[in-house]
Amino acid sequence: MNLAYSAELICFLILSSIIVAGSLAVVLLENIVYSAFLLGGVFMAVAGLYLLLNASFVAAAQILVYVGAVNVLILFAIMLVNKKEKLKPIEGLKTRKILSGAICSGLLVLLLRVSIITKWNIPGPASIGEKATERIGEHLFTDYLLPFELASILLLMAMIGAIVLARRDISNEPSKINDFNNGKSLTEKEIPLLSENTLK
Amino acid sequence: MFENSIGPVPLQAYLIVAAFLFCTGVWGLINSRNAVRVLMSIELMLNAVNINLMSFSSYIDGSIIRGQVFSIFVITVAAAEAAVGLAILLSLYRNRVTIDMESFNLLKW
Repeated sequence: MNLAYSAELICFLILSSIIVAGSLAVVLLENIVYSAFLLGGVFMAVAGLYLLLNASFVAAAQILVYVGAVNVLILFAIMLVNKKEKLKPIEGLKTRKILSGAICSGLLVLLLRVSIITKWNIPGPASIGEKATERIGEHLFTDYLLPFELASILLLMAMIGAIVLARRDISNEPSKINDFNNGKSLTEKEIPLLSENTLK
Repeated sequence: MFENSIGPVPLQAYLIVAAFLFCTGVWGLINSRNAVRVLMSIELMLNAVNINLMSFSSYIDGSIIRGQVFSIFVITVAAAEAAVGLAILLSLYRNRVTIDMESFNLLKW
């Protein structure tokens, strides 16, 4: 076992332990801000695994999209809705958690059994290594062209949908404000329904 | 058990990590009461699927790497899903002033 082999093994062990511990912490920690930052750590560790698998382009995309966009978006959402609220206690919460934990560990055992027992068809053809980026580009513009274009439409739809959903429906039309300034009483000013909740 | 591996890390090791990540995501998805944490659990599950795709593409499909293209599409869909999910969450919060999942039961019979 030479130096490169052991270095790769050590990198894999460190990254996978980060992933396992980080994902458990994301799910189990009480403070959701810590969870969000640890989620960023998990995404970075997954990108490191992609680098170990000779996929530098996907690793870069993972860091750009997940850490740069999704994680920041989640942090923004936490800041926008971060209100300390006492959660109502519900009966049987502990039983529910234990039951779902048992089901999930059963699923884990099943997946581990499948992945260890199955005779995978390895070694496959030799890895093309650093030419993977070129090959991905060829794929995207030849045989995966239709999904590529559909992905752009999907992103456009998601962007418009997010704007429409998250828009605040307060109609501060200039005419109403002018009327208000011209001496109409405060009760005549229309207060939209949605802002009542947000003002509380 | 782990014979025929090219490098020091067998394919099964990646699959085990991905399985663990997926199960953690499922548990968090079921048990979280904070709606933002539910979205975070979904991201964990999508990442587990991506690890599987990438490891298969590297070990079994090393010359054509269809798995890497698939995982790029998965990343795209995950980004769109996160944006729309958080927008839905914001408008829910504006209407109900809570993010407790147990209080979103308007459609429950």
